[in-house]
Amino acid sequence: MKTLTFLSRQAPFGSSKAKACLDMVLASAVFEQQINYVFMDDGVWQLVRGHAPEAIGAKNTMAALPALELYGVDKVYALEESLTGRGLTPEHLQIPVIVCTKTQLQAIIKASDVVTAL
Amino acid sequence: MIISVMVTGSPVSQQSARTALSFCEAALAAGHQLYRVFFYEDGVYIGSSLTVSPQDERNINADWSAFVQKHQLDAVICVASALKRGVLNENEATRYEKSASNLAAGFDISGLGQWVDACLNSDRVVNFGA
Repeated sequence: MKTLTFLSRQAPFGSSKAKACLDMVLASAVFEQQINYVFMDDGVWQLVRGHAPEAIGAKNTMAALPALELYGVDKVYALEESLTGRGLTPEHLQIPVIVCTKTQLQAIIKASDVVTAL
Repeated sequence: MIISVMVTGSPVSQQSARTALSFCEAALAAGHQLYRVFFYEDGVYIGSSLTVSPQDERNINADWSAFVQKHQLDAVICVASALKRGVLNENEATRYEKSASNLAAGFDISGLGQWVDACLNSDRVVNFGA
């Protein structure tokens, strides 16, 4: 088993990066690998509850986030400074996450076999 | 060392596909093994055989196609990304009743599982995103 770490750094709508990252996470989960799914920078907006992108013709990709646990993806992180910098707290988020510091994120990356940033 | 490469940037508007090709050439020249090259998101445009470049510019799609054929590399175009962007092989064109296929020689169309498999079987996975 390998440790695959995904850094999702883009806002949920406006580009396809967020969905592309989620699809990679789910594909990796099917292979039963150890996965770290890290939301940072504008990527933390993906976690916010209450998205309604249908109004702009977009699909609510982030509706799949609660299913991560069923896929065995239980290491879901949000970078603390990305949350606080945007006025977000765990209460704003649709799923529970592990809030991590930059130092902790460095340790996560160091312990990973493959790191993918999207 | 066994290396896999993922390209996600657009070959038309970003440098990533060209940098990735230079990296792959250098890796082979240094004696490393390329397990797989995986094209994802806008990177799948590299698989189109229909691109036309001005005479004084190199055609990066043609360069990649020639490279993967020369070295008989496992070059995979992500199916979900490719279908959305109109990069189709004959099977997909028939399946979705499209008028033509355009996948360049040397490439296969397959799923994200091929990328995960590359992660599991490579010492390094290098991404070229922008």
